[in-house]
Amino acid sequence: MNFDPSHSKRSFSSVGTRPIRPDGVDKVTGRARYGADFNMPGQLVGRILRSPHAHAIIRKIDTSKAAQLPGVKAVLTAADLPDLTNGDAAMYDILDNCMARKKALYDGHAVAAVAAIDARTAKQALKLIEVEYELLPHVTDVDQAFAPDAPLINDTIFTTGVDPKPDRPSNVSMRSQFGHGDVDAGMARADFVVERTFKTEQTHQGYIEPHACVANVCSDGTADLWVCTQGHFVYRQHCAELLGMDASKLRVTSSEIGGGFGGKTHVWAEPVALALSRKAGRPVKLVMTRDEVFRASGPTSATSIDVKIGALKDGTIIAADATLRYSCGPYAGAWAEVGAMTAFACYKLENVRTVGYEVLVNRPKTAAYRAPSAPMAAFAVESAIDELAKKVGMDPVDFRIRNAAQEGTKASYGPVYGPIGIGPTLEAVKNHPHMKAPLGKNQGRGMACGFWFNFGGQTCTDLNIGIDGTVSLAVGTVDVGGSRASLSLVAAEELGIDYSQVRTVIADTSTLGYNDMTDGSRGTFSSSMATISAARNAIKILRERAAQMWDIPVEDVTWEKGHAVAKGETHGNLPKLSLKEIAAASGTTGGPIAGHSEIVADGAGVSFATHICDIEVDPETGATKVLRYTVVQDAGKAVHPTYVEGQYQGGAAQGIGWALNEEYIYGKDGRLQNAGFLDYRIPVCSDLPMIDTQILEIPNPNHPYGVRGVGETSIVPPLAAVANAVSNAVGVRMLHIPMSPPRILAALEA
Amino acid sequence: MMVGIAVSTNINGDNAEFLCHADETLLDVLRDRLGLMGAKEGCGTGDCGACSIILDDRLVCSCLVLGAEAEGRRIETVEGMAQGDQLHPLQQKFLEHAALQCGICTPGFLIAAKDLLAKNPDPTEEEIRFGLAGNLCRCTGYDKIVRAVQDAAGVMRGA
Amino acid sequence: MVEVTLWGSLAAAAEGNSKIEIEAKNIRELFERLSERFPRLEPLMTRGIAVAIDGTIYRDTWSKELPTGAEIYLLPRLAGG
Ligand code: FES
Ligand code: FES
Repeated sequence: MNFDPSHSKRSFSSVGTRPIRPDGVDKVTGRARYGADFNMPGQLVGRILRSPHAHAIIRKIDTSKAAQLPGVKAVLTAADLPDLTNGDAAMYDILDNCMARKKALYDGHAVAAVAAIDARTAKQALKLIEVEYELLPHVTDVDQAFAPDAPLINDTIFTTGVDPKPDRPSNVSMRSQFGHGDVDAGMARADFVVERTFKTEQTHQGYIEPHACVANVCSDGTADLWVCTQGHFVYRQHCAELLGMDASKLRVTSSEIGGGFGGKTHVWAEPVALALSRKAGRPVKLVMTRDEVFRASGPTSATSIDVKIGALKDGTIIAADATLRYSCGPYAGAWAEVGAMTAFACYKLENVRTVGYEVLVNRPKTAAYRAPSAPMAAFAVESAIDELAKKVGMDPVDFRIRNAAQEGTKASYGPVYGPIGIGPTLEAVKNHPHMKAPLGKNQGRGMACGFWFNFGGQTCTDLNIGIDGTVSLAVGTVDVGGSRASLSLVAAEELGIDYSQVRTVIADTSTLGYNDMTDGSRGTFSSSMATISAARNAIKILRERAAQMWDIPVEDVTWEKGHAVAKGETHGNLPKLSLKEIAAASGTTGGPIAGHSEIVADGAGVSFATHICDIEVDPETGATKVLRYTVVQDAGKAVHPTYVEGQYQGGAAQGIGWALNEEYIYGKDGRLQNAGFLDYRIPVCSDLPMIDTQILEIPNPNHPYGVRGVGETSIVPPLAAVANAVSNAVGVRMLHIPMSPPRILAALEA
Repeated sequence: MMVGIAVSTNINGDNAEFLCHADETLLDVLRDRLGLMGAKEGCGTGDCGACSIILDDRLVCSCLVLGAEAEGRRIETVEGMAQGDQLHPLQQKFLEHAALQCGICTPGFLIAAKDLLAKNPDPTEEEIRFGLAGNLCRCTGYDKIVRAVQDAAGVMRGA
Repeated sequence: MVEVTLWGSLAAAAEGNSKIEIEAKNIRELFERLSERFPRLEPLMTRGIAVAIDGTIYRDTWSKELPTGAEIYLLPRLAGG
């Protein structure tokens, strides 16, 4: 890669403006095609039978009656999906999660599937499948599953990360630890100590579009998959591996995606749809119901977290300690590990230790939700920090400013920070008018900080210049929130042409090289980097063509504001050539002009945010009302500021829902009791105020324009900001999220 | 075998006829039989509003209405909002304010907002928030949606 | 020669060493040397490891050079939303 990604100071003409997105008109007229909006001739309807039991051995499945029902074209069980994972434990878990092999591990676990001529027949066929279960004791609570005498979910799991290896299996799949210094000695020196245990409940990303796909496997071994996903290349890889296909034979097209937030980074029903299509010899459309989405996709961890923080009289945090237990569903995970890395990342700490435990439970397999695992850790830490500030006698903002990490600070997870934005977000909050807004009776204000890593990853783009001089940009990162607009801006910026001259599309897996998923806030960060690189490659060719047209050496041609300019004394009088003119001549100067780029976009900048929340609590009912909310976050460089604001506001709203309402409720029978939007209540319009945003731009040194990821950090502070606001309003420290009315009342009565 | 019910109705100003089963929802009819996929199924239980349509001047969740109930009635869907290439002010303002991120909720919001403004051309922020409380959006935090509706209401009052 | 710091769970697989001196000019060599010396690291490396070089996290650029005197951390590879 001869592309230098480092940031250089420059002025922008396209980047930073707010044009209308290229996919906008289709989306406001109902023409945009999402997962369920695609059909194929002769398509069948696929449906999945799911276990009603939290933990059970599957003794026998009799599908004969279903198979005989007229209109049923294929019936499928795990026997139709042989294990091809070759000892790859992570892939085996994906396979087992798509279709239970020996045991049903949670309420909603897939056990069989059918494809039939219509939905009615498919539903009827599911009822005819007879499954014989042998029930096993189950456990759904993270603390109960952590206990030594808990029902064992997987007897091949021995805790890793401990020495020596344990001699018996348990529900704890991994222990991880981070930190530096001497925490115990530091704690002994502390003048003030806060020690608390916090709990958070499991939530769902709650994207409004259920998972949907259309699979078409042909008898010649080629196949197509239309699917809503955050990563069609990853889906292709996983599906091909699980089904024993060549990846290149499977073309995956990503539909418009109706929200993902991490939940559409994993295959759930797609391999099943492909297997059904292969068996039936016809296309199969498989759309999950909302009930299935809740029961059988990938919600967050439920957590239980112990925090102990000590400070000196002068307000210096002298030691910080946390033990974090995160549920990961019935398979090994690495969620507490991320919580342990992020927990204290906002602070400059001499002595810090975090220990994470991954805990298996009989619930669906955990998946990422925006900045995964970070919000729960931030809830615990930022709540304790607030309490500690009070004990020390400092304002919570000043206390955080005093202890905030800065350039050169050794992060609690190890490395030393480069230029970062935690200090500036805190200063901005301190001076924000929101902090001076008056509060009335039963009202409280809370603030909190949050951190997320952001990633880069494998990325590939094609920038093609048409003979009329307009530009098509093909990218491989799925657009989840307006990135096509941002990437068009970047291409326009780099080429020096107008935004209207660029059209960005998401390419399918057969027309572009491999791309990692749109996760880790990487979509705009990494694809903009690849786009800049592709544009620079195209400019190189444009300069060569101009040199040919002028018959001068290419070294004498520069590219300025969309034009080739001849320099040097001998040809200084040549009139400059526009991109359009060069493109028009391309047929006779060497053919089509394009720029390609294949990069690993490493060096994503870490991101920090600070949020402020005002809330009113009704002490009679425990009901809450968010009065004001402000997000301050570092974007590095906001490519399309409106969509950056949108990411801030959306993450904040999700965090508010998590803090106040949303939770998975399991009965004693291990069944999910609220698998629908009526009882799993996400915030509606009347629950929220306007969400104020302030974008800070502290350039990421590893991106040509200084861009950092922006998508995830906004969900990290709200749990704590809201909890601090509620605690301040009612005068009682809130320790359990969500702070639903009954929990607030209980806390008031305790 | 189930017998189909013949239904004749009017959709976005055009007469339409279809056959459907007695238990088939209007949402399924629109999407699967008539190819009008603007209305989305987010839940199928009346909780998300993604399937919102206007049925004889009433805002309804089409997942809770039977196809057979459309007999002799007028249906408005998102597909009927623009006049030719002229976007409805709500559509235009949703674009300008970036009131959509993923956009799956957008058809439902547009229809709900159209219904709201038809009944209350000059709503307060609170009236907009309560008027749209039957529609879920998971991406935007509603801020830009509310602003787009406010702005469109102004334009429509001026028009 | 560079000094590499391993995070907790990785140190457990490296016979309890949390700091290791190793001769490696880039990330690829670093991984090779480490798995030669501590075979138990191998599965963890397959699961994915990120390398922080002077505070910047690299996940996939194995050709990335390790400047002498640089601060090098091995970190778990994370999932994102
Ligand atoms: S699909 Fe009709 S309200 Fe959700
Ligand atoms: S824009 Fe995605 S749900 Fe509203």
